[in-house]
Amino acid sequence: MTKVIYMDNNATTRVADEVVDEMLPYLREQYGNPSSMHTFGGQIGRKVARAREQVAALLGCEPDEILFTSCGTESDNTAIKGTLAMYPSRRKLVTTRVEHPAVLTTCRNVERHGYSVSEISVNRQGNLDIDELGFRIDDNTAIVSVMYANNETGVIFPVEKIAECVAARGLVFHTDAVQAVGKIPLNLKNSAIPLLSLSGHKLHAPKGVGVLYVRRGTRLGAFIHGGHQESGRRGGTENVPGIIALGKACELALKHLEEENTRVKLLRDKLEKGLLKSCPDCFINGDSENRLPNTANISFEYIEGEAILMMLDQFGICASSGSACTSGSLEPSHVLRAMGVPFTAAHGSIRFSLSRYNTDDDVDWVLEKMPGIIRRLRELSPFVKTG
Amino acid sequence: MWDYTDKVMDQFHHPRNVGKLDNPDGAGEVGSLACGDALTLMFKLDENGRIKDVKFQTFGCASAIASSSVLTEMIKGMTLEEAAAVTNKDIVARLGGLPEQKMHCSVMGQEALEAAIGDYYKRKGSKAPAVKRGTVVCTCFGVTDEEIRKVVHENNLTTVDDVTNYCKAGGGCGGCKKRIAELIEEVQGRSAGVPRQTQPLRPAKLTNIQKIQLVQETINEQIRPALRADGGDIDLIDIEGNKVIVAFRGMCAQCKMAEYTMKDVVEAKLKEFVSDELCVEESKD
Repeated sequence: MTKVIYMDNNATTRVADEVVDEMLPYLREQYGNPSSMHTFGGQIGRKVARAREQVAALLGCEPDEILFTSCGTESDNTAIKGTLAMYPSRRKLVTTRVEHPAVLTTCRNVERHGYSVSEISVNRQGNLDIDELGFRIDDNTAIVSVMYANNETGVIFPVEKIAECVAARGLVFHTDAVQAVGKIPLNLKNSAIPLLSLSGHKLHAPKGVGVLYVRRGTRLGAFIHGGHQESGRRGGTENVPGIIALGKACELALKHLEEENTRVKLLRDKLEKGLLKSCPDCFINGDSENRLPNTANISFEYIEGEAILMMLDQFGICASSGSACTSGSLEPSHVLRAMGVPFTAAHGSIRFSLSRYNTDDDVDWVLEKMPGIIRRLRELSPFVKTG
Repeated sequence: MWDYTDKVMDQFHHPRNVGKLDNPDGAGEVGSLACGDALTLMFKLDENGRIKDVKFQTFGCASAIASSSVLTEMIKGMTLEEAAAVTNKDIVARLGGLPEQKMHCSVMGQEALEAAIGDYYKRKGSKAPAVKRGTVVCTCFGVTDEEIRKVVHENNLTTVDDVTNYCKAGGGCGGCKKRIAELIEEVQGRSAGVPRQTQPLRPAKLTNIQKIQLVQETINEQIRPALRADGGDIDLIDIEGNKVIVAFRGMCAQCKMAEYTMKDVVEAKLKEFVSDELCVEESKD
């Protein structure tokens, strides 16, 4: 395959060249352990501290509020289980039906330990039912976890408002902001959010590094016990190259934030408009206003997602589908099902997620190839009415 | 990403015999939009009773399309007797193999062909050569015991997961897994190394409080995860004697299969894990 048109950035992103350059010395000659008492290792500690400042700058918080982890999922687990450990008498978790499995499975898993989980529903546009959320929260609630933006549809939730509501009740709030960080501006300085997860590989850093933001004064138990790293909040020798890479990636994200919301957004809008115009019987999933600037989730009726992806793959186009055709799980994505997208359209949903590395030519290439693919598969489908 | 053979990719990208026929001699239809794949197949015979023309349409993934396409190639020129003998194994062999989890795609092809042949005999007003239909075991995907026996026998399957991969049975709520294991045992015999389903430890006599706790635990651990996988949920409302009153939420509340789900899964699970005397009722509000 010669050409790769990468439009699956909500799955993972290309590591920025500047990020690779920044981390390479720490894989080769600068391999010291920041906890060491010699200069060779100790000097690494200063680089880790610098990375902590770079992450804090992107989030608008203090460096000591940044806890490095191994991934977004670990951050989510730490936030949820670490909070439950601090409030043993509270036995309820409140979350949403459309969370990423990193949160949803974690919540459902603690059910077996006697906790109950309330999952808030969404409407057809993928927006949260805020009234239901307020109704479900009570004094028995240990944690409320609501994602910042949905990974499949890109719909942004009013987490700032929710965080204030939850704080007013004296309860703990967590948000999985893995898809939001680097795509939309965040400022945690004057925010009511006490816990926020992010993942390195979603913003052009490598896989294997994440962050949990823990606001000063937030009570949180350790998830990984061990040494005194991360001020005793997470044991295990630091992933130094990963942390340094994430620091650089955050610095770049801050620099490119405006581009993400202007040029990238325009590309996404052009892609959506073009597809809606050239392909019959398709529609956008998710609130068209209140959405990440890079994400387009489109349902093509009467055809199946995997088949579309395989055809796109032929032209080097990388996207993803909410539908998984395997024997045990023929159900389409839990997000689209929660939104009430009909079966005729849910199986044929395709997500294009762009990044600053995408160009106008990329979008033109997809717009050129897609109508033919859709036409071909519709010819094959027994559900399309002909004549 | 699936590891498809070149033959699968070729059949997917260049499907043969796509479309419909006017006045077909036989037409069959299997699957549905909700299940995620569906196939229609129709044929015309020549004066010698051989399949002269055959067309298909498929809603589904790459292997579903490839399986249908290759099947139409295989049966062209066959008599109906010859075509009826084509198995899903033959389809898989022609494709050079399919991933385990995609085996049901080949079975779907075979089923559509069977349905089309059945339709032919029905149109002629004669009976199809005895095809045993059987009784439905997997209510989620409508798979009968005869179909399960057939895939187990023809593909020498030994585990419930295998059966799910080949014909979907057991892949929905999972309520029929025990029955599938019995069918495997019946076909393969005890010596086939089928893991014996162990009976969960059940207390001999329960106090009311123990019963309520056990019912709640069973719902939480055995029933809810399966329903949630389908976007639904269940709440325990009350227990009156041996009557367990539940309410279905989310997708389950609107699902046409709710009656099946309730009767066949919830009650079966509660009987299995709590007590044989329990019955289930759906809350009216």
